Amino acid sequence: MEPQSLNSEKAIGLYRQMLTIRAFEQKVLDAHQRRLVHGAAHTYIGMEAVAVGVCAALNEDDYVTSTHRGHGHCIARGLEVKRMLAEIFGRATGYCKGKGGSMHIADVSRGMLGADGIVGGGIPLAVGAALGCRVRNLSRAVVSFFGEGAANQGSFHEALNLAAIQQLPLIFVCENNHWALSGEFKVTTAVPNVADRASAYSMPGHVVDGNDVEAVFETASKAVQRARTGQGPSLIECKTYRWEPHSIYTLRDPRPRQEVEAWKLKDPIARFRQVLAGREWLSEEQDQQIQREVNQLLEEAEQFANSSPYPEPSEAATDVYV
Amino acid sequence: MKRISFAQALNEALHEEMGRDPSVFVVGEDVGLLGGLFQVTQGLLENFGPKRVIDTPISEAAIAGAGVGAALVGARPVIEFQFSDFMTIAMDQIVNHAAKLRYMTGGQAKVPMVIRAPVCSGISMGAQHSQNLEAWFVHVPGLIVVMPSTPYAAKGLLKAAIRDDNPVVFLEPRLLYASTGEVPEEDYVLPIGKATVRREGSDVTIVATGRMVGMALSAAERLSQEGLQAEVIDPQTLKPLDTETILRSVQKTSRLVIVNEGCRTCGYASEIAATMADLAIYHLDAPIRRVTAQDVPMPVSRALEAELLPNVEAILAAVKSIAK
Repeated sequence: MEPQSLNSEKAIGLYRQMLTIRAFEQKVLDAHQRRLVHGAAHTYIGMEAVAVGVCAALNEDDYVTSTHRGHGHCIARGLEVKRMLAEIFGRATGYCKGKGGSMHIADVSRGMLGADGIVGGGIPLAVGAALGCRVRNLSRAVVSFFGEGAANQGSFHEALNLAAIQQLPLIFVCENNHWALSGEFKVTTAVPNVADRASAYSMPGHVVDGNDVEAVFETASKAVQRARTGQGPSLIECKTYRWEPHSIYTLRDPRPRQEVEAWKLKDPIARFRQVLAGREWLSEEQDQQIQREVNQLLEEAEQFANSSPYPEPSEAATDVYV
Repeated sequence: MKRISFAQALNEALHEEMGRDPSVFVVGEDVGLLGGLFQVTQGLLENFGPKRVIDTPISEAAIAGAGVGAALVGARPVIEFQFSDFMTIAMDQIVNHAAKLRYMTGGQAKVPMVIRAPVCSGISMGAQHSQNLEAWFVHVPGLIVVMPSTPYAAKGLLKAAIRDDNPVVFLEPRLLYASTGEVPEEDYVLPIGKATVRREGSDVTIVATGRMVGMALSAAERLSQEGLQAEVIDPQTLKPLDTETILRSVQKTSRLVIVNEGCRTCGYASEIAATMADLAIYHLDAPIRRVTAQDVPMPVSRALEAELLPNVEAILAAVKSIAK
């Protein structure tokens, strides 16, 4: 089995997904200003290359666990933006019928086992998904996304160890955006790279430029191939940055302004656009056409979400038990 | 019928359910090679192999999370904690994930997982190995909580728990593992959510859970010699509670004593008391009495532990304090 390679068609698809994620998040920020968002939301702007690059290496029936900052993972897994937005607007047409909101968007039928409001909470779930597939004789790869903050939770260490001794087909993807709310990575973490911790669990650890979607895809493809051929789990650390404050409710962003601005110059989307243009895979007209289509998609999504009904009050106490 | 122990009954349930359904598997510390700290998973590894009987490292949070994740993809995990106290290490996965995923996903997800854990009070294990934390789990929407008191109930309810599509916390009183009782030869499953009347009587209702059922029955025997007929009810499922059966009994006896091994404040006995105060206050001729452990950590010394836990004398005293 060869790792997949990126042809122009697939590359344009990834580019479109990255644009969709950014447009979605801008829509969420904008909608928050207009008080349409119910509850918290954590945007993925600046980190688009990670979700897109990793998910491009997966099959449709593989499984993914996500984080509180999960919109990008959902879009990269092919979830519909209109139902995601409806969920964030607290509407009955949302993926979780308005019960989950931004932090719990899931589409179990598509292998998106859910965003997760507990930092590090999804990592053991991914191990379980892989174990469950093994018990059921299903051949699936499982990806667990988490932030660098989660790498200091016990669940991270327990899960990596269990995955390693069981040689499970897992890809642990650390999205290192360098900051928790106010906790800077180098202050909170005893190693320079989260990937360094892979050696403690006898699995390969890779540090990748998380703003380079091709590099992410390539590394993820190799890890997925390794998983599928029974060689066990891998840890990939994608170095990246979030452009926006921690959440839509963050009152004060403690990060140095120059640092934020410097990272914006490393925009993963602008960078990929340049690569595609350089290879003559994307003309300016095509680019504008894609951007128009993405914007149109988001306009329709907002219309759908905003015109959707709220759940009936009688729904509040349903779905607690099967 | 055959006579087997409580632990054997659980073991039979596991063997039968794993034989019936290939998606059922067992995961936990020492469940394979050792057959479980208390030998409840004996023989499973030999019968079903290491893919379905998984010995784990000492990683309670990962064990619980692995159970939840496996359940999400259609397997039916039975996870074991060596002591129910160790569930506190896995509370994030039990409370925030297992219990909530169905609701949070708007009914998409199912978490058909059983969390088995022995409750080890009464054997001098001290403050970290003797807790009765059932009230914690009962408090969490999304969980079912079961606590059997006989081999018959243990087997029938564990099989039901494994077949249930919800996460079930299955609490096993350690001191009952060696107790024996009659169990049918043939396959049977008991319904979750049904209480059972262990002894009929007309003068006072005693609701008792888990290991306390036996004490309540002993107390009832003694009361009977004094001319008082106690009805003893064993909820078996703590959540959802079969309030109907208790209510019917209280309407008949007009007196209620609740015996629960957990600590007193916000304990399970308090919940039954509050429910019956709501539903049956006009049927009651006397205050509701709770017989519980004290709000104190468990000591090791037998002389001290016995002082803090409910016993037959305490049940007798409670009943007599409200008797006609």
